[in-house]
Amino acid sequence: MLKLKNLEAVYNDIILVLRGISLEVPKGSIVAFLGANGAGKSTTLKAISGLLEYEDGEITNGAIEFDGVEIHKKQPQDIVRLGITQVPEGRRVFAELTVEENLRVGSHTQQKNTNLRQEMERVLNYFPRLRERLKMQAGFLSGGEQQMLAIGRALMAKPKLMMLDEPSLGLAPMLVTEIFDIIKKINTEENVSILLVEQNALMALGTADYGYILENGKIVLDGPCNELITNEDVKEFYLGTGEGHDRRNFAEVKHYKRRKRWLS
Amino acid sequence: MDYQLFLQLTLTGLAWGSVYALVALSFVLIFKATDTFNFAQPEIMMLGAYIGFTLVSVFHLPFFLGFVLTMLIMAVLTALMEMMVVRPLVGEPMLSIVMITIGLAYVIQGFVGMTWGYEEFEYPSPFPTDPILFGEVVISQAELYTIICTAILLVVFFLFFKFSSSGITLRATAEDTTAAFLMGINVKRVFTGSWVIAGLIAAIAGTFLASFTFVDPKMNFLALKALPAIILGGMDSVHGAIIGGLLIGVMENLAGFYLEDYLGSGINEITAYVVVLLVMMIRPYGLFGSKEIERV
Repeated sequence: MLKLKNLEAVYNDIILVLRGISLEVPKGSIVAFLGANGAGKSTTLKAISGLLEYEDGEITNGAIEFDGVEIHKKQPQDIVRLGITQVPEGRRVFAELTVEENLRVGSHTQQKNTNLRQEMERVLNYFPRLRERLKMQAGFLSGGEQQMLAIGRALMAKPKLMMLDEPSLGLAPMLVTEIFDIIKKINTEENVSILLVEQNALMALGTADYGYILENGKIVLDGPCNELITNEDVKEFYLGTGEGHDRRNFAEVKHYKRRKRWLS
Repeated sequence: MDYQLFLQLTLTGLAWGSVYALVALSFVLIFKATDTFNFAQPEIMMLGAYIGFTLVSVFHLPFFLGFVLTMLIMAVLTALMEMMVVRPLVGEPMLSIVMITIGLAYVIQGFVGMTWGYEEFEYPSPFPTDPILFGEVVISQAELYTIICTAILLVVFFLFFKFSSSGITLRATAEDTTAAFLMGINVKRVFTGSWVIAGLIAAIAGTFLASFTFVDPKMNFLALKALPAIILGGMDSVHGAIIGGLLIGVMENLAGFYLEDYLGSGINEITAYVVVLLVMMIRPYGLFGSKEIERV
């Protein structure tokens, strides 16, 4: 469904952030996209959403394909219309608008004659907590509710692919579980493919079907999640459950010698 | 204190304040939507007044037709201004954009001077000139209609922003441009739209201002009083701009009369700025503004 082919991106004409990323999100699946701070995860999502040019960035090489159509030269609003929505990092709900208005903005790309009430009901069924707060200003919601609103707002656009940028950011563990359960539910019930960017690797690998690990703008490892979760390197660097009880020299770490990725 | 005189001064103040409020509203609208300040707004107001004057006085169109045509012309002009002057700079630092709007202000000023010359013209006011009496309070019809029309306009705008899809889209874009992009909002179109709406409001303000003064190439300075109004109300607050504008109009009128004997004539010219200074000492973000505000 979504295919990134050897994508390269720069900021300010010189800072190379993505050095050839290839990944694929098959229809109906959940794909996890892991990596440390500054690895380039959010940049990848911005590139897909067409936002790079507005942040002084640029795609210098490679291509992004969605359902066989090249989208990396399209404008953000056209990409949303094709069926890709993004739930941005830090939620970014419209704080001064009410919950209801936020959802209305989410349906901006829909035809004018769609039944707004009905659409809203569909979305609110996933987030019963928001229903009680429809008339409330979104800025007064708790962090978890704001995250739900951000997801709900993206869902209003009837996406085929939803990209979530760190939905667990700043949330209590119990809420994180709740949010991930909802994401899974949306994936199966609405048949929405999901690209999940996370730092909470355990949670993400537990939810997704397939995973990619990004470091310094390059994909260093990929595989089905059940394989990744048992991978020694992943265990040590992302899950913190490696067997290295004795301290290791920093120079020795991060080789990824077990498997090289020749694709790009 | 003679309360009838007081009432009279207040009413006149409200009429002037309405004009300030409209210009202030047009500033705030652009600031909120695009996060930049358009310093050419008073000049756009002046341009609107001149175009209306030309259509009605020179081409002898009926006032209402002339007014509608003025609005259409202003919509096209402001859209062009946004697309040609500001849009190439999107993503550049705010200061660059502010500088270019100041440049735009001078260009419009020069254009007005070149086209219409530098003398005053009488505006073909649509309002009857004989004043209305409320008891012993005398008010000119131009002022009265200014207050009424502004009130109606403000209600219309309130409803537009609160309930219409376009209004909600505009507010969303104003708050978070990136998130607006992700909702599939055509942000460029919203930016142009905010310039057009702001330009129309400014042109309406120009029509009112011209009908109780003159059309002259210095009327943009009168509209500059909108700046203290914005600062008073808070830069990012729509109702703050309106209340700020009305307050300044009323205060300068009252001060001009009651304080003139003690502080000398011309006190009304500086009242607005003195009030703003005082407010800034106590509430630097204005009466209604949000606390985190960017400096221009």
